[in-house]
Amino acid sequence: MVKGKLKKTFTDPLGKNNPVFAQILGICSTLAVTNKLENTVVMTLGVVFTTTLSSFVISLIRKWIPSRVRMMAETLIIASFVIIVDITLRAYMPDIWKQLGPYVGLIITNCIIMGRAEAFALNNTPGLSLIDGLASGIGYSYVLIIVAIFRELLGTGSLWGIKILGSWWTNWSIMIMPPGAFFMLAIFIWIVKGAIIPEKEEAKK
Amino acid sequence: MNGSLYPVAILFAAIFTNNILLTNYLGMCSFLSVSRELKTSVGLGVAVTFVMATTSVLNWLVYNKILVPLELEYLRFIVFIIVIAAFVQIVEMVIERVSETLYAALGIFLPLITVNCAILGVSLFMVIREYSFIESFTFGLGSGIGWFLAILAMAGIRQKLKKARLPKGLEGAGITLVITGMMAMAFMGFSGMINIG
Repeated sequence: MVKGKLKKTFTDPLGKNNPVFAQILGICSTLAVTNKLENTVVMTLGVVFTTTLSSFVISLIRKWIPSRVRMMAETLIIASFVIIVDITLRAYMPDIWKQLGPYVGLIITNCIIMGRAEAFALNNTPGLSLIDGLASGIGYSYVLIIVAIFRELLGTGSLWGIKILGSWWTNWSIMIMPPGAFFMLAIFIWIVKGAIIPEKEEAKK
Repeated sequence: MNGSLYPVAILFAAIFTNNILLTNYLGMCSFLSVSRELKTSVGLGVAVTFVMATTSVLNWLVYNKILVPLELEYLRFIVFIIVIAAFVQIVEMVIERVSETLYAALGIFLPLITVNCAILGVSLFMVIREYSFIESFTFGLGSGIGWFLAILAMAGIRQKLKKARLPKGLEGAGITLVITGMMAMAFMGFSGMINIG
């Protein structure tokens, strides 16, 4: 029973309860940072770090947070972890930090983190919350990385800054501009919702 | 650029060429979930514009008059979010006292604003781009109007869209994102006009 719950906590956010394509949360950063794979990977690491630890800490002190000020308390905990991410990035990867611009700070208002804190960490044990935060972070990360691979490859013909497609490739530069982000994510959601999720639901019935 | 013209240029750039939603992807969560009805979109749009314009000014004061002299710039994330949350709370209480009808109309949207990333985004852009006081205000106001414009257009389109038949997987978020992409393309047509970093 305990083991079953543990496994469910970990696999749910990766599949049918994925924060990005099932719950439509955290869309802002999904669109903003996916024009370069390198930036995307750094950003996802930051988000995984923040979701995991903030879920853990919020769950640790959940019994002492008065319910009236809980949003404020959660935001403060999340913001503290984001400051750690921000300072670390600035120290070790100043170029990427510059390119990400305000989006590192905007991890604070990433709805996934607040969503998991509200929906899960307030009612579950610290250990379970840690796993839930980690899984939500990973569920978010792999969607971003897939979207980023397509956008960078189609938009610039390269991956991680290295030219992959030869000189015959004409850059499809709309892919790295804002409209491309919206279209790419829409197509991704369409494929996942249209082809993968409904089959499972019907199988249950 | 001409000094007296610059704040006005920022206002228009924030509405059209650098629309906070369509080029910076901010405030997507509430944009996607609230744009179903025209009426609710107007309520949220007004609330966002008001809070954005006011908090950009408040955060400018707090950042440049308190954090910079004390060399505590790295605390800006925490401080900005506290200012925004506190301001929203105060506005909510004031509206509740002053006008019942306005509270009924705006009340439910105010908590949503605290977690709207566009509001925090405006304050963070303001710091990165080193805007002056007036520039911050016009940038906040312009971004709010730009966001309002985008959600209004989307709500109008979605009301018509209810009658359309769509592939199952594209319903809801999917089609909204496709239309947002088209709107972003349309707004790119303005991009020759003005540009702010």
